[in-house]
Amino acid sequence: MVKERTIDPAVAEILEIAEAQGISTAFSRAEELKPCPIGHKGACCKLCGMGPCRLTKEGQRGICGATIDTIAARNLARMIAGGASAHSDHGRDMALTLLAAAEGKAPDYQIRDEKKLLEVAHLLGVKTQGRETMEIAKEVAEKSLAQFGQQQGEIIYLHRAPKKRQEIWRKLGIAPRGIDREVVDIMHRTHMGNDQWYESILMAGLRTALADGWGGSMLSTDITDILFGSPVPLMARANMGALSEDEVNIVVHGHEPVLSEMIVVAVNDPEMIEYAKSKGAKGINLSGICCTANETLMRQGVPTVGNFLSQELAMITGAIELMIVDIQCIMQALAPLTQQFHTLLVTTSPKAHVEGATHVEFDEHNALEIAKKIVKMGIDNFPNRRETHIPKQISHLIAGFSHEYINYALGGFYRGSFRPLNDAVIQGRLRGVAGVVGCNNARTCQDYSHDYVVRELIKNDVLVVMTGCGAIACAKSGLLSPEAAELAGPGLREICEAVGIPPVLHVGSCVDNTRILTTLSQMATEGGLGEDIADIPAVGFAPEWMSEKAISIGCYFVASGVYTIFGSESPVANSPIVDRFISEGWEKLVGGKLEFIPDPEETVRKALEHIDKKRAALGLVEYDPTRFGQSGDRLMRQFIEAMEAGLPVSPYSAKIPEPAKK
Amino acid sequence: MSRYIATAAIRGANRIVKEADDLFHKTLEELGPDKPIQFPNTAYYLPVILGFTGIEVAKVGDLGPVLEVAKSLLHPVPGEQTWLPYLGETLDCGVATLFAEEAIEGLRFARGEQPERIPGLQLTGTSFTSPDAGEGGNGGYANGPIDDIQLRSWGIQLVDGRMPGFAAIVGAAKSNQAAVQIIRELQQRNILIFLSGNVNGRSIIHQLMEEGVEMGYDTYIVPFGTDTISAIYALGFATRAALTFGGLKGGQFREILLYNKYRTFAFVLALGEVDDLKYATAAGAISYGFPAIADTVIPQILPTGVTTYEHVISMPFDDIEGKDDAEKARRLVQRCLEVRGVKVKITEVPIPVPYGSAFEGERVKRADMRIEFGGKNSRAFEYLKMSPLDEVEDGKIEVVGPGFENIEVGGYMDLGIVVEVAGRKMQEDFEPVLERQIHYFINGASGVQHIGQRDIAWIRISKAATDKGFNLEHFGKILHARFHSDFGTIVDKVQVTIITEPELYAKWLAEARKAYDFRNKRMAEMTDESVDTFYSCILCQSFAPNHVCVISPERLGLCGAYNWLDCKASHQINPTGPNQPIVKGECIDPVKGYFTGVNEYAKQASHGTVEQVSMYSIMENPMTACGCFECIMMLIPEANGFMVVSREDPSMTPTGMTFSTLAGMAGGGLQTPGVMGIGKYFLVSKKFIRADGGFKRIVWMSSFLKESLAEELKAVCEREGDPDLLDKIADERVATTVEELLPFLEEKGHPALTMPPLF
Repeated sequence: MVKERTIDPAVAEILEIAEAQGISTAFSRAEELKPCPIGHKGACCKLCGMGPCRLTKEGQRGICGATIDTIAARNLARMIAGGASAHSDHGRDMALTLLAAAEGKAPDYQIRDEKKLLEVAHLLGVKTQGRETMEIAKEVAEKSLAQFGQQQGEIIYLHRAPKKRQEIWRKLGIAPRGIDREVVDIMHRTHMGNDQWYESILMAGLRTALADGWGGSMLSTDITDILFGSPVPLMARANMGALSEDEVNIVVHGHEPVLSEMIVVAVNDPEMIEYAKSKGAKGINLSGICCTANETLMRQGVPTVGNFLSQELAMITGAIELMIVDIQCIMQALAPLTQQFHTLLVTTSPKAHVEGATHVEFDEHNALEIAKKIVKMGIDNFPNRRETHIPKQISHLIAGFSHEYINYALGGFYRGSFRPLNDAVIQGRLRGVAGVVGCNNARTCQDYSHDYVVRELIKNDVLVVMTGCGAIACAKSGLLSPEAAELAGPGLREICEAVGIPPVLHVGSCVDNTRILTTLSQMATEGGLGEDIADIPAVGFAPEWMSEKAISIGCYFVASGVYTIFGSESPVANSPIVDRFISEGWEKLVGGKLEFIPDPEETVRKALEHIDKKRAALGLVEYDPTRFGQSGDRLMRQFIEAMEAGLPVSPYSAKIPEPAKK
Repeated sequence: MSRYIATAAIRGANRIVKEADDLFHKTLEELGPDKPIQFPNTAYYLPVILGFTGIEVAKVGDLGPVLEVAKSLLHPVPGEQTWLPYLGETLDCGVATLFAEEAIEGLRFARGEQPERIPGLQLTGTSFTSPDAGEGGNGGYANGPIDDIQLRSWGIQLVDGRMPGFAAIVGAAKSNQAAVQIIRELQQRNILIFLSGNVNGRSIIHQLMEEGVEMGYDTYIVPFGTDTISAIYALGFATRAALTFGGLKGGQFREILLYNKYRTFAFVLALGEVDDLKYATAAGAISYGFPAIADTVIPQILPTGVTTYEHVISMPFDDIEGKDDAEKARRLVQRCLEVRGVKVKITEVPIPVPYGSAFEGERVKRADMRIEFGGKNSRAFEYLKMSPLDEVEDGKIEVVGPGFENIEVGGYMDLGIVVEVAGRKMQEDFEPVLERQIHYFINGASGVQHIGQRDIAWIRISKAATDKGFNLEHFGKILHARFHSDFGTIVDKVQVTIITEPELYAKWLAEARKAYDFRNKRMAEMTDESVDTFYSCILCQSFAPNHVCVISPERLGLCGAYNWLDCKASHQINPTGPNQPIVKGECIDPVKGYFTGVNEYAKQASHGTVEQVSMYSIMENPMTACGCFECIMMLIPEANGFMVVSREDPSMTPTGMTFSTLAGMAGGGLQTPGVMGIGKYFLVSKKFIRADGGFKRIVWMSSFLKESLAEELKAVCEREGDPDLLDKIADERVATTVEELLPFLEEKGHPALTMPPLF
């Protein structure tokens, strides 16, 4: 039973305990509570007081006359708006933090990446010559904030896309005007009695998704890099083995790095460590869950305990003194668990209160002070710890791949470029590239689809970039370690060995999917792979999606020209017309398409077909893995071993003699 | 990268940077911060450091910040497990290695420890007038950095493809036979060869010395030193090529590196075991787009991107197919060329000795000589004429008269070479153009040396060449093969007669002299006014992308290699090539030499950087230069005139700058009034800076020019109505400063002092 719920042995171990003790988890609730079969397929409209209208019969209409197509389109568009507003509001808070820091009102924050500040300033048209850093930062923050309330024209970040892509957006009228405006547009458009043509609704949906991907999310990533540093590779650990038996375990969970970065400072404060010791602990051990974990993992190497579906189980280990949550993907189920376990659940965002949790409102103006206060609460809770069950599982990974670093990795400071990456695709060492992102979903076996899809892709020489909970899934199964290159096809293995990278690159939290957009744009601009993102042999995946944010992400990838495959059934399945429009219809218009395919094997097959189709369209050589794999250290290792074994080898010959027969 | 290579290279980089830092502090203490650092006869300071960082290192103390940059580029070696990425880091460590190596060589010069002493090593010189000159002179040293004169004189060959690139060989070959064969294979393809490094103390330089292979500029083989550090001079050469011909400035590292990736076909050939420092240096070379090939077992890096093709290739020597080391060496070199994408045009010349431009500079010393024609004791002439198609029998090679079999070793005899060509597109005007090629064609044979032209030709054949069976008929074979391959579009038939029979010799010599005389008169009559078409030369745009030469009958190209007739012939041979006709158009200003057609062409071909070109003025819109110029002219305001320094002259000039330093201002396709690069024969033209007062404005001139153009300049002085003018012009022997120059001019009564002010 448990094996069907997760492939993570640590999660399985705790699930056994939960089951034995009769503790309810998302896993057990998913079995007890089946999804509504009507809402699940997008056939339920509850937009007005005359409904909800459930269109279950062929040709049926709602009270107002709305067709199944309109209803499905409106539901999908509202999901996009929900996701876009979540990401973008997160971005707004980042910009407000930057503004406060620049104005000297948030003394605990500095500009850690000045180079990036200047680049962003250049993009936003902020003058930099002869100006103080903080002066530039202030204007960057103001310009970024202005993107939210802008009413006309188009958001500036669109300029980061290849020229041809920008033209497509303009031609279709889906270049976002302002971030907030597009979300409001969807909410208004989908109100009762408004836009009632599925095509029009869905194109507006794409515009809103773009306002997220090339707006709120992208500026969020940029500002986070400016404030906390652009990630560079570092070694880190993933899974429950990161919890400590004898230290105070503090776990950060949610999506924002603003507070967690301060928690990192606080737990390293010698005074705090001394205080922990005074309570009988050996020290303080910080780890993370979900995307707050990804943020601190990418920049500080803080280990991750697990992804979305691991949150309750981490608490069931009985080893966590305090879990600090900020925003998004926080299960209300955590609160009842604190009744059974000693863990303190601390909510910090005014936008995310949980009944039964302790609320300590975060305020960036005295961030460190609040962080210390929270950490101290955790330490004070240490003496209350009872029996613990900490699974031993731990995997090593390399995290911290920003597009800036990838550019550096491929040529160093002096010759950095995307040329080697493009060359690899052109020659067929890499069949293509894929972004595998998104959540966990209690309706499917945890991590299974992520793991399956990624293993198949790298075996087929597709370089994979990951974010969010998907990245944590594959980190736990070891695919984010450079040693995983051994699981890759011959061409990808050569690239991994040449650069020293894992075949799967962790590029950040879910808001950082924009790093993938930027990377794709740079590949398109580098030359040899067409002139638009849609020309690149690339696919996007969200195998275990569950949140509205994932839908928004998927749609901004589609609108950017990427074929994007979601696992599970289509949320618009009851409208074949809408289902076809978001696939074939969108592909004709924007080059990318959105498809929901529950079978992971089929997703991989369709992805590879698509990659090969794009390769053929570019006139690239047909993918043929047998041509590659001759480089690397293997032969040298054998040679050195033979030499050390005393065999008569010569540096002038790679032929290694068979050991003399006895 | 591979983790193995990354580990070795990063380790090597950390060590060499430490070594450089130690030597820096030691030197700082011993010699002080103000002790000058300089690579002799080169501009651009320490060029790799300048190119990457823009820092001008002129004294010991300047190296401090450079080494800080080097340290900031270092990284730790990748771990054994869950290692961090290493490609970018290794490439940065490679660059740090280059900084450290160049710093060390700079410090060694300051300490008097460079060039490296290699007892018994004799290098062939640069230009020379007699093969017997300079023998037994001061040898015993490695070459050290290539001087600017040589860099510039190779410039034109690098751009016109005669010299496809360079091979930086590091280490020692498996055997002497392999060493010689590798070198010969590269020479036959005219690839410049740089030697450095050793394996257990033994260097390929030692191997070539033992095998009696002549090294030096003239044979395209430059031994830098027997340690790996000296390989930095190869990358210095590459950097300077970008600065000199690419018009780039120090600190434009990306442009400099990409310039080399796309334009300089160079590679590293690591012979013998590869140690940490060699890996680190090769990592530095990869940033230039230069791949590395090893003849031993090392990890391969086959993905591309930083280099155009594979990054690192292992070709274990014993695993190469081939019956002996020579054949294996040939295959190794072929692979090197593939990896770098070197395009080599080889003409099969059916003679028993190796053949290629790299042998052009080879000299045959008296002691090694089997026979000579011309020179002190005998006479030799060569004459090329066009004949009607039906009178020429293609491939017919006739030796009339006795061979040299009966002449004693080291003896001499008279020789005439008559080449008759025919072709539908052949014109009488092309005869001298083609005839001048005889010099290059014959020189290409290993063991054969050719000097001079027309009836002052001087040819020697070495004993080594005759031992292999080289005889007189082979001159014909060479000429037949080369005229077909190089001038096939205008020449359909080639017939060669080699004459030693005295009566026929005399008859043909007389006919040849009649033709020389006729051609001289025809050239003299040819003026800019007598033609309606000039020619462009944009050959150097592969190196200097915005430079355009405009070549008229009275103004030859600044490299000295192309005059108007050459360009006309070249255009016939390759109608879409670098020499395009420029219809003069309307003459806007006959004195300054402005023509509408020339201006339009220059603007378009210089991609808008040059709006107008005056053909006859240095002060207003002068013609730009690539970097291959024979001479540089520059205004000396105090003297109301100009000086001319030739590239052979390393001395200080009254402008306070040497040729090398001036070259940085004159090259790169930029118009700088008062500064101009020219071909030396432009000095004798009637149109020479006519707008600015002509030859009378020359107040200072390298003595080399005075001597090598003595006859021609005498005629110019007479034409200018001042027969003693040449004596009134100063040179480096009497003046290297303005303070010395002015009294000299006054004492001699130089006309420039009383001419109208220049501005």
